[in-house]
Amino acid sequence: MPRTSRWFIRASLVYLAVGFTLGALLLFNKGVPLGSAVPRLLPAHIEFLLAGWVIQLVMGVATWIFPRFGVARSAYGSEAATWVAFALLNGGVWLAGVGPLAPGHLGDVLPIAGRLAETGAAGAFAANIWARVRASGLSPM
Amino acid sequence: MPVLTRWFIKTALAYFVAALVVGVVQAARGGAGINPVYVHLLVVGWITQMIFGVAYWMFPKYSKEVPRGSDRLAIASYVCLNAGLLLRVVAEPALARHPGTGFGPVLALAAVLQWLGGMAFVANTWARVRER
Ligand code: HEM
Repeated sequence: MPRTSRWFIRASLVYLAVGFTLGALLLFNKGVPLGSAVPRLLPAHIEFLLAGWVIQLVMGVATWIFPRFGVARSAYGSEAATWVAFALLNGGVWLAGVGPLAPGHLGDVLPIAGRLAETGAAGAFAANIWARVRASGLSPM
Repeated sequence: MPVLTRWFIKTALAYFVAALVVGVVQAARGGAGINPVYVHLLVVGWITQMIFGVAYWMFPKYSKEVPRGSDRLAIASYVCLNAGLLLRVVAEPALARHPGTGFGPVLALAAVLQWLGGMAFVANTWARVRER
């Protein structure tokens, strides 16, 4: 497993832990009230688990496992592009997930910036992994 | 494929079908507390559980002696995640219909169980995210 994948997958496990903790607080609070501020954790819960956990894990595993024979430069594609995708995704998850808690206008603007960063991550990731979606050389088709 | 992986994946498939049945009910007649149940049957019962099962099977080995890490933690993650999710599926709509009843503490227990399931998976998987 390359270093980039280890970072993606470890980060996704951290988001799983934090996102499940937020979800558990939200659910506990629905059954046994803990405080009126708890429902404000919902955007972070959703962003951490959908983008931080599920999407990031898929990106890490694809980077690890997709065929890599004959791809130019390095076996896993451009490492720089993978790091750009990693940085944009994780920056985006925080801006979109925690941004809504910022006061005033900032609370509206930060999530937009977050979604833009996540879009950039998707673009960098897709462009870089594109050439690895091919016959592996091990299987006939 | 290890036995526990088969349990994870078959349970995930059952939730997948169940989630879509609940989705039909939700679209047809709605009902308080049913939307979050539908969403979480999919994202916890199906997607996350599928990932847990496949990761337990395919991730790099923990060591030669215990390739998949701790069996106890892995079983705990399966049991807690599913017990918690099932309790939620029952208690969330029930509490929406009968607020202030004993379903409240059941929902809180569902939260704790799912949290424990997630933490057990992270604890057992962390050290398997390695070069080989
Ligand atoms: C991969 C895992 C998960 C994902 C992707 C996820 C995603 C979501 C989404 C999309 C919503 C919004 C649903 C809506 O608007 O109806 C939501 C709400 C919520 N989630 Fe999760 N969730 C996950 C796991 C969990 C877990 C493990 C718990 C509890 C232990 C939890 C507790 C909640 C609660 C309490 C709400 C608010 C429901 C409401 O009152 O409307 N989630 N989650």
